[in-house]
Amino acid sequence: MTAEANRFAVAAPSPAAGAAAGAAVSIRSLAHSYGELPAIERLDLEAPAHGVLGLVGPSGCGKSTLLELIAGLREPSAGAIEAGGACDAAGRLAHCAFMPQRDLLLPWLSAVDNAALALRNRGARRSAARREAGQLFERFGLAGFERARPAELSGGMRQRVAFLRTLLAGKPVLALDEPFASLDAITRAEMQAWLAGALAADPRTVVLVTHDVEEALYLSDRVAVLSARPARVVEELSAPDPRAADRDAAVTDPGFVAARERAMAALHKGAK
Amino acid sequence: MTRRLLLPGTVVVALLGLWQLAASSGALADLLGLEPFLVPSPAEIAASLRDNRALLAENAWVTLQEILLGFLIGLVAGLGFASLLRFSATLRRAFYPLMVGSQAVPILIFAPVLVVWFGFGIGPKLIVVALLCFFPIAVATTDGLRSVDPEAVKMMRSLDASRLQLLWRVEAPNALPFVFSGARVAATFAPIGAVFGEWVGADSGLGHLILQDNAQLETARLFAAAFVLAAIAIALFGLLALAERRIVNWR
Repeated sequence: MTAEANRFAVAAPSPAAGAAAGAAVSIRSLAHSYGELPAIERLDLEAPAHGVLGLVGPSGCGKSTLLELIAGLREPSAGAIEAGGACDAAGRLAHCAFMPQRDLLLPWLSAVDNAALALRNRGARRSAARREAGQLFERFGLAGFERARPAELSGGMRQRVAFLRTLLAGKPVLALDEPFASLDAITRAEMQAWLAGALAADPRTVVLVTHDVEEALYLSDRVAVLSARPARVVEELSAPDPRAADRDAAVTDPGFVAARERAMAALHKGAK
Repeated sequence: MTRRLLLPGTVVVALLGLWQLAASSGALADLLGLEPFLVPSPAEIAASLRDNRALLAENAWVTLQEILLGFLIGLVAGLGFASLLRFSATLRRAFYPLMVGSQAVPILIFAPVLVVWFGFGIGPKLIVVALLCFFPIAVATTDGLRSVDPEAVKMMRSLDASRLQLLWRVEAPNALPFVFSGARVAATFAPIGAVFGEWVGADSGLGHLILQDNAQLETARLFAAAFVLAAIAIALFGLLALAERRIVNWR
């Protein structure tokens, strides 16, 4: 690892992260309904091992449900999902770290205690967990706020702590539900660049749900555009330059702009 | 804090002054058509407090034990039962409606039976107070445990939390404000339960003393005992408020 990439190195990758095949996510003939209400019609998708699959779609199309299914929080009505080498929900749950849309920081814990939750759940002592989590606060631009309560942090900072919490779980697969939605444009761009660097240093398989097409195309290797409910894949695109080092140059590149137009067109088509 | 107490404090002083005037001049007694010694003035009550301080302290200690121990028993039982219901949907469906409905039943009516069964000791009072405190705490805690954000549960499950860790790290802290509101209700019932238990059958305690003084027309001491009881109740309430401010410190 280069010194630059080393700067972003996060939690020690769990043993499962090493096995490339075991870190992939594959979705086959997936369908899901809530009782009589179909949420997902039929999906066949793949997230490349140690790569990023971006999901964009209109609001309410079932993106969040899909993420929960992948993360092992639910069993699908029909079809098969494999994530981190596991096909059953319990296995997927053990190999996926799910980051919900809202930061959901526990208000009675400090920022560092929130970030260290996964470590504590696995039995780490409080001081050791705080030390490990605290080391990353500086890299996240949160230095000095370790002991702050969530109520004292801005929305952007809370989102970063929540992200830190997700990373520290050390799982090979990350399921991120609009992780940067509540951030302003500048912070969002910074966080996207940060995530790109973090993944370069500590490769994980990521399924990223976002409503921002540009964000999806910048961060992902492949982007799937979903239709309105019941969700199906309208179009799948390959991102031209995933997680490029120079974000500003990358998003103004003609290839990128063309891809974005295609994605937007597919989005409109599927939203009808 | 002092500024906030200023106005209510002035009201209290004014009322006491009015009372003192009305009682010591005999106006109050004339108004009610009673003998003067039946309508003591604040000064007379204060004097009785001082003169009988040993007796009042002795009986206050008895009643205090009944209140505190009964409250603690009710608290522990309420918390434990609510936690049990959290883990079993069947038990919850079976018992929750009963818990809510039974709050309408005046527990106090069982006090005489308890005295017949267990005698004049502290037992019956503890049972009455504990029962009175159990229900509001159990119901409030159950509601509090149920109010947890389902998204937070998903997040914790994804972070490898066991069922117990979920309860301890998320559901219990989330339920604390509810627990305290239930405890506040229980704290107002506890002194009533203790006094009622003493009225039904006791040989000591402030409630017993009040009844005795009533029969013997020792009105000043009766008021003094009532004052001590009120002070105990207010102190209990204040302690709870203090504990809540210290423990639930994230709002």
